[in-house]
Amino acid sequence: MRRVLRKLGEWLPAFVVFVIVVGTWEGLTRALHVQQFLLPKPSTIVSVFWTQRHSLWPAGWYTFKEALGGFAIGSGLGIVAATIVSRFRTVGNALMPIFIAANAVPIIAFAPIFGAWFNPITAQSKMAIAAVLCFLPVTVNTLRGLQSAKPRQIELMRSYASSEFQIWRRVRVPTALPFVFTALKVASVLAMIGAIVGEFFGGSLDALGVLIFSKAGVFQFDAAWAGILVASILGLALYSAVVATERVVLRWSPDARNS
Amino acid sequence: MTESKAPAVVRLERVGKTFPQGQVTALQDIDLELAPGEFVSLIGPSGCGKSTLLRVIGDLVEPSAGTISVNGKSAGRARKDGDYGVVFQDAVLFDWRTVAKNIALPLEMLGWERDRRRARVQEMLDLVELTGFGDHHPWQLSGGMQQRVAIARALAFQPALLLMDEPFGALDEMTRERLNLELLSIWEQTGNTVVFVTHSISEAVFLSTRVVVMSPRPGRIVDVIPIDLPTPRTVETRDSPRFFELVTRVRELLRSRGEHLLPEEEAALE
Repeated sequence: MRRVLRKLGEWLPAFVVFVIVVGTWEGLTRALHVQQFLLPKPSTIVSVFWTQRHSLWPAGWYTFKEALGGFAIGSGLGIVAATIVSRFRTVGNALMPIFIAANAVPIIAFAPIFGAWFNPITAQSKMAIAAVLCFLPVTVNTLRGLQSAKPRQIELMRSYASSEFQIWRRVRVPTALPFVFTALKVASVLAMIGAIVGEFFGGSLDALGVLIFSKAGVFQFDAAWAGILVASILGLALYSAVVATERVVLRWSPDARNS
Repeated sequence: MTESKAPAVVRLERVGKTFPQGQVTALQDIDLELAPGEFVSLIGPSGCGKSTLLRVIGDLVEPSAGTISVNGKSAGRARKDGDYGVVFQDAVLFDWRTVAKNIALPLEMLGWERDRRRARVQEMLDLVELTGFGDHHPWQLSGGMQQRVAIARALAFQPALLLMDEPFGALDEMTRERLNLELLSIWEQTGNTVVFVTHSISEAVFLSTRVVVMSPRPGRIVDVIPIDLPTPRTVETRDSPRFFELVTRVRELLRSRGEHLLPEEEAALE
C-alpha cells in the first residue's frame, strides 16, 4: 500500500502538468475562438475519439501490427548483424563507420521508394520501412554493447580457462543487454513513426496513417487529431512494453530499477 | 625437471618479457622458486614489471624468454587445470550476478554440480565473513566487502596458487589493514601459496614469508628478503622493532636502485 502511494506520488507532478497543459489548451481555444482546422479543442477531439471508435481502433490495430512486425524484424536482424560483426574484428572495422554514417541518413525519405519496391497497398511495405528504421540503431548499440566488456573481466574468465563462447555468454552478452534495451526503446518509437509515415504514401483504407491523411485532406481535423491520439496511445503502449521487459530482464541493474 | 624434497609450486628460470610496442623490456632474467604454502610479495616502483611477472606466472601474458613451471607443468597447462585463483585491484565482480553467483562462477567453469557449488559458496561466504550476503548484488556492497567477495571467488575452487595484483590498493588504510589480517587468517586456514603484488612496503613485510624487491627498466629482481617475523601476525606485529628493521631494509634496497626513478615513482614508494 505504501509503495503504491509512493509510486502515485512520483507520478503526481507529471499528471498535474498534463492537466494544466490540456486545460490551458481547452481554455485558450474557447476564449480566442480558434478555428477548428487550426487547432480543435481537446474536448472535441475526445468526443470524436469516442464516437468514431469503431473506425479508429481497427485502423490503429492494423497499423500497430505493421509497426510491431517491423520492430521485431528490424531489431531482430540488428541484433543478429551486431553479433556476427562483433565476432569478426575486421568485418566490424569495415562496417562500423558505414553503419554509423547510415544511421544519420533520414531513412524515412525512402518511404515512397519502398512503396515502389513492395506493393504500396500492402502492410509489408510499411513493415519494411519500420524494420529499416529499427535496424541501424539496434545494430550500432548492440555492437557497442558487445564490445564494452571490461578487459579485466575477460582476463579473469581466461584465468578459469573459459572458452570464447563461455566468455561471450557470461560476460559479453550480459554487458550488452542494457545497450540493447536502450536501442529497443528508440526502435519502438521509430517503428510506429515508420508505419504511419509509410501509410501517408498510400496503403490499406483500414490503416491509421491513411485515415489521418485523408481526414486532414477533407478538413475533418478533429478526426485527424483523434487518429493522432490513437497513434500516441499505441506508440506509448509499445514503448511501455519494452520498458517492462527491460525491468524484468535487467532486474540486477541499479539503473533499470530506477528508470 | 629435478624433484627436490618439497617440489616448487612455481619455478621461473631466466624469464624475460619484451613488449613489441616500443621495445620495452618489462622483465629480464627472472629466477624465482616458490615453495608450497609460501606467501611471496613482489614490490617495486611502477614499471618494474611486478604485475607483468604475476601475469606471466598466471599464463595471462606470454614470456618472451625463459621457462616457467607450475606444479611441474607448463603455465598454460596449469591455467587449463584451474590451478590459479586471481584477484585484481578492482574486485572485477559481475554486476548481473549475485554475490553467491559471483563466487560460484569459477565452479561453473569447472563443471561442478549445483548442490556442490551451493555448499562451497556457503563455506566461502563464512570464510570471508559475508554470511547472509549471498543474495546481494555487488553494487550493494562497500569496496572492502566487494574485495572480500573477489577473494572468496578466487579461493572457491581451492587453486594451488593465489595470484593477487594489488588487491587492496584502492581501499582506505583502515580497511586495508583489517583485510590484511583477514587475508592472513584465510591463508593460515587454507595453506595456499600466494603471490602478492603491492606498492606498500609495510603491507609486503606484514603479510609475507618472503619479499621480492624489483627495480625498473629493465624489470629485474634486486633482492629477496626472508621475513622472519613470528606467526601468526597480529596488530602488534606492526609495532615490533623487527618489523621496522625489515621495512627499512626493503626501503633502502628500493632507494639504492632508485637513482633512475621519476619523482612520482619515488613518491609511490612512501
